Amino acid sequence: MEQFAMPLVGGLMLGVASIILLAAMGRIAGVSGITWGALSGPDRAWRWLFVVGIVLGTVIAHQVTGLDNPLPHEGGWLLAVSAGLLVGVGTRVGSGCTSGHGVCGIGRLSGRSIAATLTFMATGVITVFVVRHMLGGAL
Amino acid sequence: MKIWPALLTGMIFGAGLALSGMTDPAKVIGFLDIAGDWVPDLMFVMGGALAVTLIATPFVLRREKPWLAEMFHLPVSTVIDRRLIGGGALFGIGWGLWGYCPGPAIASLAYGATSSFIFVAAMIAGLWLGGFFKAKA
Repeated sequence: MEQFAMPLVGGLMLGVASIILLAAMGRIAGVSGITWGALSGPDRAWRWLFVVGIVLGTVIAHQVTGLDNPLPHEGGWLLAVSAGLLVGVGTRVGSGCTSGHGVCGIGRLSGRSIAATLTFMATGVITVFVVRHMLGGAL
Repeated sequence: MKIWPALLTGMIFGAGLALSGMTDPAKVIGFLDIAGDWVPDLMFVMGGALAVTLIATPFVLRREKPWLAEMFHLPVSTVIDRRLIGGGALFGIGWGLWGYCPGPAIASLAYGATSSFIFVAAMIAGLWLGGFFKAKA
């Protein structure tokens, strides 16, 4: 069970952060929307603070706990660009990502968010299946 | 409007991502690999986060307005359309290819790997490009 303790603690923190942002500022903690809004605002300032906060929080979490930084994906730049483009286009067109739809949206029982979350979980699973088990992890 | 809670919540959010394992592409891809050597850890991330938001969101939204702002900014659309599903589908493919969704991608900049900066730059380009699809579809 110990291996599940940190994921659970981390998950609770994601929930708490989302609730505080909603309760204090009335905003949804959706990272794709906030990132795009920070660059294309109105109301850019709070979005920049949130984005910078994510990076700071990550640094502090590793410093405080001594947890090693995870290894980056080993794929080359072409895969990084392709995946990044898909994530960006998909979250913009689909109005949200794992945080906005998966945590906040399902949290307020939005049918759209439940549908979106089931969709990206499904295509994520299918993609990994294809890459690992049909292409033999060739990417 | 007071905006300091954005920094505080961003930091809690980033720390949560780092501790949860969401910033580890191998773990995320292992979690999505249900046909292989499945890594169930990240179920607990979603479970923990949803336990909080499912319970607390109704209480928060029962209030007339947020503590430090004039109104709640919530999405108004309720239509499950092609854009929502198509966008979600594309996002899932990218997520499965690299193991980062937007939050962990931003968080991973803290680790300084060049590939993370490339991924985030491409993601931002994608967010911009997606605007054209969104207008058209």
